[in-house]
Amino acid sequence: MAAPKTLFEKVWEQHIVAEPEGEPALLYIDLHLVHEVTSPQAFEGLRLAGRGVHRPDRTLATVDHNVPTDRERVHIKDPIAAKQIEALRKNCADFGIELFDVNAPEQGIVHMIGPELGATKPGMTIVCGDSHTSTHGAFGALAFGIGTSEVEHVLATQTLPQSRPKTFRISVEGELPHGVTAKDIVLGIIGRIGTAGATGYAVEYAGSAIRALSMEGRMTVCNMSIEAGARAGMIAPDETTFAYLEGRRFAPKGADWERANEEWRKLATDPGASFDRELTIDAHKLSPYVTWGTSPGMVVSVTDTVPDPQVGATEADRNNLARALEYMDLTPGTPIEEIQIDRVFLGSCTNARIEDLRAAAKVVAGYHVHARVSAMVVPGSQQVKAQAEREGLDHIFREAGFDWREPGCSMCLGMNPDILQPGQRCASTSNRNFEGRQGKGGRTHLVSPAMAAAAAIKGHFTDIRTWEYRRAEVMA
Amino acid sequence: MQPFTTLTSIVAPLALSNVDTDQIIPKQFLKRIERTGYEDFLFYDWRQEPGFVLNQPAYKGAQILVAGKNFGCGSSREHAAWALTQYGFRCILAPSFADIFHSNAGKNGLLVITLAEAEIERITLRAKAANGYALSVSLEANTIRDEDGFTTSFAIDPFRRECLLGGLDEIGLTLRHAEAISAYEQRHDQENWLAARA
Repeated sequence: MAAPKTLFEKVWEQHIVAEPEGEPALLYIDLHLVHEVTSPQAFEGLRLAGRGVHRPDRTLATVDHNVPTDRERVHIKDPIAAKQIEALRKNCADFGIELFDVNAPEQGIVHMIGPELGATKPGMTIVCGDSHTSTHGAFGALAFGIGTSEVEHVLATQTLPQSRPKTFRISVEGELPHGVTAKDIVLGIIGRIGTAGATGYAVEYAGSAIRALSMEGRMTVCNMSIEAGARAGMIAPDETTFAYLEGRRFAPKGADWERANEEWRKLATDPGASFDRELTIDAHKLSPYVTWGTSPGMVVSVTDTVPDPQVGATEADRNNLARALEYMDLTPGTPIEEIQIDRVFLGSCTNARIEDLRAAAKVVAGYHVHARVSAMVVPGSQQVKAQAEREGLDHIFREAGFDWREPGCSMCLGMNPDILQPGQRCASTSNRNFEGRQGKGGRTHLVSPAMAAAAAIKGHFTDIRTWEYRRAEVMA
Repeated sequence: MQPFTTLTSIVAPLALSNVDTDQIIPKQFLKRIERTGYEDFLFYDWRQEPGFVLNQPAYKGAQILVAGKNFGCGSSREHAAWALTQYGFRCILAPSFADIFHSNAGKNGLLVITLAEAEIERITLRAKAANGYALSVSLEANTIRDEDGFTTSFAIDPFRRECLLGGLDEIGLTLRHAEAISAYEQRHDQENWLAARA
């Protein structure tokens, strides 16, 4: 009998094209997702070298990072952003790549549309010039972010030389307490292992709490793997995965679907397979989290206080803690629930799927946004936006005083006009609280969609576990 | 890619951990479609602070940067490597690097070297004296030394080392395997459960 293997090992080994002596393995890439920001220099490189795109059929493109989220966004006012989008259009046309353009019904954040279209599938290798490519690992794919030189490499060869990461299984066992979400699982993990805790590893998330998550929840967890430094995050495909994929545009149909299911069922980690590292987390002990600093690892429970900067191990660590407190304008010992906010951003490839919007809508239904707070919802894709509108969620948000916008990355990174002003404090469902990430001088606190929604109403953070829901008919 | 063999330069100390690529180059400069012209945007927000290390005359012309752990975390933007090299850095020393940044650096002739925390602290301390503390880095010998007798060796992936020493084009290297790719595809394309579009 063959030695037991992990999910990662199975996918990795199935994609090795060559293993030249003394060099990294040459890995075949099944799906390459392209967007406007990290691709223009790659296409330019192809042209300079007289190379073509090797497999346009394994390449998909959309615009997400710098597109405005207002209704008139077809006419982009920022000439540099407009030129970048125009470059992607020309590159896709010249090299025969399918592009989901600004107002196409399939447009959205690149990590939303891969799964929605059924392009993302179990067992695949998937890359994109974006670090949150780890999202697609929720389907049991090996998916990771790459730089522009690598984008060019994949366009030219459909392969990438890759050194083999180590394996790390994180098992989350038990039932999640009420009010604790997929976002809190991953924030809890990062708080525990640190922002470089998984550097050099491909993480597999396992355990009953992970199995119980919907595909959307699994995507949220895998999405933030990169915030723990992981090369990739993966979850074994199961019935939840297959039910999500069935019938989607690029998913196999008929007899092919049956065959695909058969193959995908073989991917799960074999009993007895060993990992380079293992960690088990008790789901009961997780709570709703709020980041207080300028790194996703600077995170505490909503009922905690801003920590006293413990004496860091190194000068660099001490500098970081002091700098984070100063940048965030926070005093150690302040209860998290007393931190007042100015803005709320519900969006991003971490938390802008339909279940995220439903969870937030349920919280805000029957309430109104706090007088000081400006709150916005940016659905992650056109499909999510349309679905939310069919369910009437847009009305709930608008009635509550939220701004309802068009899909894109938006204020997760503020490449488009959606940015924080200096000094503004934001409860955000996105993935990074770095200095200036959402706008120079802006202060970001990462939370789950329900926590962001509750903060919008209260004007400060509040424990979602004690929330009083006003309109029971709004679906969970 | 510019080959890297040896380098002697003064050292600029950035005594911070988790320096993310948003700090190395903020998002507003990612809208450009060019590959050059990023040097003025390196550490753009931090350079507005007069006391920032790169604003101090003592570190003008430094080609070596020493930083805290997990340097280059966050976004995959290769613009970070472009900004660092175009500003003039050729070598970064830190106790650890984020994976994607590590890979991007190598593809741009930027040598990133992982050293023990104690070594990084020592180098940082010396460099902070702002009296022209310099290091000599040899990729041929895998060593770093200063003029006070400090010397250490460093580990680097052999393939990355060869690419840096030779300034090699990785796409060209991969295309040596064109036949293997084609043979793999003939077989793999039959496995339509892994097709991008079924």
